[in-house]
Amino acid sequence: MLAGMTTNVVFGLLRLAIISAAVTAANGEIADYDIAATNTYVWIGQGLLGFVLLWGNNELAERVRSGDVVVDLYRPWHLQGALLAQDVGRGGFAFMTRLAPPMVFGMLLFPFQFPDNPVRWPLFLLSAVIALVISFGVRFLVEISAFWLLDNRGVYGFWNVTSGLLCGLTVPISFFPEWARDTLWMTPFPALLQAPIDVFLGHGSTAKLLLYQLFWAAVVLATGHLALQRAVRKVVVQGG
Amino acid sequence: MADVIYPKLIAAKLRSQMVYRASFAVDFVSQVMAQSYELIVILVLFSQINALGGFTKNEVLLMYAFAGAAFGVADLFAGQLDNLPTYIRTGTFDVLLMRPLGTLPQIMVSDIRLRRVGRITGALAVMAYALSHVAIDWTPAKIVLTILTPMAGAVIYSAVWVVACSICFWIVEGREFANAVTYGSNAFTSYPINVYSAPLRWVMAFIVPGAFVAYYPSLALLGKEDPLGLPGWVGWTSPLVAALAATVAGLVWRFAVRHYRGTGS
Amino acid sequence: MIEVRELRREFKVATSKGLRRNYKTVTAVDGVTFDVKAGEAVGYVGPNGAGKSTTIKMLTGILVPTSGHIQVSGVDPAKQRRDLAKRIGVVFGQRSQLWWDLPLKDSFDLLKSIYRVSTQDYQARLDECVELLGMQELLITPVRQLSLGQRMRGEITAALLHAPELLVLDEPTIGLDLESKERLREFLADINTRRGTTLLLTTHDLDDIERLCPRLMVIDHGRVLADGPLAELRAEVTPDRELVIDLREPGPAPDVPGVTAVRSEANGLRHHLTFRRAEITAAQLITQVVRQVEVHDLAVVEPEIDDVIRKLYQRQVDQEAHR
Repeated sequence: MLAGMTTNVVFGLLRLAIISAAVTAANGEIADYDIAATNTYVWIGQGLLGFVLLWGNNELAERVRSGDVVVDLYRPWHLQGALLAQDVGRGGFAFMTRLAPPMVFGMLLFPFQFPDNPVRWPLFLLSAVIALVISFGVRFLVEISAFWLLDNRGVYGFWNVTSGLLCGLTVPISFFPEWARDTLWMTPFPALLQAPIDVFLGHGSTAKLLLYQLFWAAVVLATGHLALQRAVRKVVVQGG
Repeated sequence: MADVIYPKLIAAKLRSQMVYRASFAVDFVSQVMAQSYELIVILVLFSQINALGGFTKNEVLLMYAFAGAAFGVADLFAGQLDNLPTYIRTGTFDVLLMRPLGTLPQIMVSDIRLRRVGRITGALAVMAYALSHVAIDWTPAKIVLTILTPMAGAVIYSAVWVVACSICFWIVEGREFANAVTYGSNAFTSYPINVYSAPLRWVMAFIVPGAFVAYYPSLALLGKEDPLGLPGWVGWTSPLVAALAATVAGLVWRFAVRHYRGTGS
Repeated sequence: MIEVRELRREFKVATSKGLRRNYKTVTAVDGVTFDVKAGEAVGYVGPNGAGKSTTIKMLTGILVPTSGHIQVSGVDPAKQRRDLAKRIGVVFGQRSQLWWDLPLKDSFDLLKSIYRVSTQDYQARLDECVELLGMQELLITPVRQLSLGQRMRGEITAALLHAPELLVLDEPTIGLDLESKERLREFLADINTRRGTTLLLTTHDLDDIERLCPRLMVIDHGRVLADGPLAELRAEVTPDRELVIDLREPGPAPDVPGVTAVRSEANGLRHHLTFRRAEITAAQLITQVVRQVEVHDLAVVEPEIDDVIRKLYQRQVDQEAHR
């Protein structure tokens, strides 16, 4: 826990230093990010990282590989729903232990951009919860790819390596060249981190951001549901 | 002589990886991507600005490439120290202690992953690009410096790895602390160190001697003055710093193993 | 071969209560003294947490004693770990020193280099082990594909390639099937008698002791409870033996002085006679029995080794209660 926080803070400080240096070099602002917004962006990002759980533990995939997943599938529940419920429960705890501490850290030690309107606080919370659901959905898809690939570690590694950039963890998406920015916003990835941060900072239309997130939450969960159905059929036909 | 056995141990490990040839290719690609990650960050930032801390894009890329190549080599040998908690928990470390060889070299050759060459390959490509796009007054000495820098950097990173992972002998979740230092210093050293605040710089550039991996040697190559005011010859001292770091790491490791066996603390 | 005097080892264990962290000192090995002579085969037994593994780790140089003196094969394990490693062989039942993904033979080749064994010696020793343990077909198999019994044969071979004077085995037969166990015991008995390799083994399987170790050491709570030949320990803690007789015709049990208890079964066809070895010998008893009844078959049963050890623990508990 303490170790995790140390890692989180060290990387936060590094990213803060680099982006701030860039913002300073650009006469104090890049794409709506001044120093205070940058600091806010970095520490919310570091907090959301643990809250939405960007990088899972690939446990389900290991169970698929070992065959233990059969036990999960034959329980009288909807596997995806049950796991989502668990993940939301985890999020409740992670809110206190993972999301709040970096944000408080950033508020206390650096210039911080508080919301212009108090209503942004609950909206941010809503957006963060949707982000958690999408994050779960994406992780679920990565994990059940093991039904087809058997060894999904390539996909898992691929996600771990690229997600930081795709979701706007390392650099704000708005820093990207226009074509890359537009492409990224057509994917679910910015919905995991950049969207809640934008809601908090008041970048872009909040309503549009939330609708965008809800859309992807539905798509990702539905895809997961269908994929799971096919996977179960596959297990039944092949006998595990 | 102890020198015959280690190449054999390395060769054995490489042979055992041939068993998993398919995942090797995937792993190799994700290593190249892991190395490209920071590259993309640099390129994105420079799409918005012309200079970072007074350095141009290609100059920063040179630092990034030095850091990446050094980190890649260190990862190849010292990266298996990340397994130390597992080795301790499962008793594999005891097996190493039962052999008539040193524990540290045994661990270093225990899990050499050829796929990590992916990182080095990516970094070397960027290094070639950067070197041909920055203005360097080439002299024979600077050619030697260019070759020595990644090697000295690899030794420095490896030393950092050893010291950081030694903590695992005391703390169960030591690995995560260690990763903050090792992977953190890779991210740190990829940029000019004058962009960091003073406290961060003191810790990551001088106590952990990250500044000598890429920043100071790059200044010496480019013939630039240090915005932080250190004299120009500092850029030539990385091999010395590396030797010092390796010595410290050796002593720390010895102390840690002694603690593990019960005479320390 | 092994000389241990007043060996102690303490561990600090963190006991977290709220935020405060306290340290409690636990003594795992508490003043152990013993000698093992070259060529002996000694069984070291005790319940889990008795201090067996800690002793073994100190003997092999993995752990350093808190106090006390150890000399193994003429060297101090704590100070001369690498010297010691060349002289002794160690087999841990639950951790492997083989290279998981490589054929078994490759592991042996690597160990040959690690221990600097000459090619000639290596080949001779390997051939011997392969022959005796029946490993001809296993050499080209990757270790991860070996069964536990096959792997254990590999582990023991690996520990013997440098011809150690002392072989330390920590639970070598754990998890093995009966046939594999028997094969290992036979092999170990063989290298002990023929090559003169000293054996020290910890085990939960008392058949290992019965088959392999003329001498038994029992440890509990870090202290040696008993040390001596198995037969002597038996006589000391379980003075009773049992004579089982099967009669030709059902009938009452013979009445012999010195018999302390009689248990009959099968309608008086079989009788179990318990007797004290101090009061009457088995020969005397049998002579008297056959005078009284017509015996179809008989057998003298020694107390099970488990009983011996259980009684040793019981005795220890009683003694502590008296104090």
